[in-house]
Amino acid sequence: MTPLARVQERFSTQIIETHSFRGDETAVIRPEALRPVAQFLKEAPELDFNFLMDLSAVDYLFFAGGRIQKPARFEVVYHFFSLKFNHRLRLKVPVDEKAPEVDSLCALWASANWYEREVWDMFGIKFKGHPNLKRILMYEEFQGHALRKDYPFNKRQPLIGPQY
Amino acid sequence: MTQTRSMLLNVGPSHPAMHGVIRLIMELDGEKIKDVDVEIGYLHRAFEKMCETVMYAQCFPYTDRLNYVSPLINNVGFAMAVEKLLGIDIPERAKYIRVIMSEISRVSDHLTCVGASAMELGAMSVFLYMIKAREFLWELVEEITGARLTISYVRIGGVKADLTEGFTDKAFKTIAEVRKVLIEADELLTRNRIFFDRMKDIGKISAQDAVAYGITGPFLRSTGVAYDVRKASPYLIYDKLDFEVPVGTQGDNLDRYFVRMAEMEQSLRIIEQCFQQIPEGPVAAELTGDVVPAAEMVDRAKMGRTEGLKEEEVNLDPTLQGSTKKYHEAVYADRKDVVLPAKENTYGNIEGLMNHFKLVMYGHGIRPPAGEVYFPVEGGNGELGFYIVSDGRDYPWRVRVHPPCFPIMAALPKCLIGDMMADLVPTFGSVNMIAGELDR
Repeated sequence: MTPLARVQERFSTQIIETHSFRGDETAVIRPEALRPVAQFLKEAPELDFNFLMDLSAVDYLFFAGGRIQKPARFEVVYHFFSLKFNHRLRLKVPVDEKAPEVDSLCALWASANWYEREVWDMFGIKFKGHPNLKRILMYEEFQGHALRKDYPFNKRQPLIGPQY
Repeated sequence: MTQTRSMLLNVGPSHPAMHGVIRLIMELDGEKIKDVDVEIGYLHRAFEKMCETVMYAQCFPYTDRLNYVSPLINNVGFAMAVEKLLGIDIPERAKYIRVIMSEISRVSDHLTCVGASAMELGAMSVFLYMIKAREFLWELVEEITGARLTISYVRIGGVKADLTEGFTDKAFKTIAEVRKVLIEADELLTRNRIFFDRMKDIGKISAQDAVAYGITGPFLRSTGVAYDVRKASPYLIYDKLDFEVPVGTQGDNLDRYFVRMAEMEQSLRIIEQCFQQIPEGPVAAELTGDVVPAAEMVDRAKMGRTEGLKEEEVNLDPTLQGSTKKYHEAVYADRKDVVLPAKENTYGNIEGLMNHFKLVMYGHGIRPPAGEVYFPVEGGNGELGFYIVSDGRDYPWRVRVHPPCFPIMAALPKCLIGDMMADLVPTFGSVNMIAGELDR
């Protein structure tokens, strides 16, 4: 049984959508189910996802020029990996634009700490229960969140020198 | 009454031992490190944001600048991720070339790391020997790609150019030279009392902690976990090659040094095997027809004098050599919607020219189907993953890099706390932080 099928069986009501594009198994789950699903992924002996390999987010504002409408503006994307079984799973959580907040996974994987700080820095998505949620790549005085689609890539915010 | 207070010490970002671009704020109790705050971001160049503003093929120059000691592996990682998104396969010879170039880069990456950390402990000659060996390897890279660092060599669906003639002999000579340097460095360092004492049991991390922090690569393997992307999910032709994954036991600086030294030997073995297995490529001796300068061919085609043009070969700029018609099939996938045509076709006939334009003009370009993929390759420091989201247009919607350095830096306090202040230098040297991929 693939990890995706196992998660589907266990959390059938919490899953919004699943797909397997080019062999990458993906489950989109409800935000409130993130903690229990993540805990299950880590602790179930037949899954044993001991790596949180990557954590990032995607901004779907005007996705495909506005032709494809996503239910929520952001998606936080988790890539899990199991050393024992050598399998991977991608988990996605839709995050609403008005209250961008999801649960932190710091308590389960130490690697979540810095990744979540980066997502906060770049997308302005908050992580409930994060011990030290502050910017990581940008400086504290930076205005806005750079990887949001409504942040122009050529906008400048010089710390010194003329303001324009 | 005596009073004890801990002391705050700031190291970096412009400190030579911090390799230029990281800041550590340490709380010291005497000489012992009590707490560390790692501050990164000094080399942030908005890689992910800039990739969203250019077409797929234009991302390659940006990927060169991720891990700038082994840029070829970044190129390969990004190209493979886009190829996975497109669902295409590349010719066998191109796969071998990619592996050869990746392994050359890996050796140069490890040489830099070991050499620099030895230098920081005072072993200046080891550093010079190793940089000499790296220079030989970079000469190989230069011969094939035309550049030493900003190579942009890999293309979606292949590589820019075929191997040059006589490259195999040069490579074998270089491998022999590198082996000599490795033996020399081993003699100078491994039984060196000073080096040994300063590396042993310093900067320790347990396997559980390393896994929890998501660390991969030589750092993880030094703790005894034999995870290597090349073995766990073989890409390209790594499943046809015979190599070992060296592991340590202690997870300290000395084990990281041993793992890197052993890995270099394995990489050299891989390169040798690749040269034995690589399918024969075209050689210039079989050339038929004339060789004309590129400008002349373009002029003749413009004036409609196309008779016999199909049989002719074009004489190109040295940096494009090996991408002409003869070599094209061997190193590029047979997909007109992804791969630029051979230069003779671009210059000499309208179909080729249109094909070229359709791929390079804004609003056309390579258009993968809407979807998302994650593709990991084994970089110099660990799993280098590219997560690409496509909306079906010619620009990537989102490019996310999983940089192997990032989790290592997150775990740096674990390695440092409890050690002496002076141990910071060897520990930081042995984790091989590359700010280009850390800050992106």
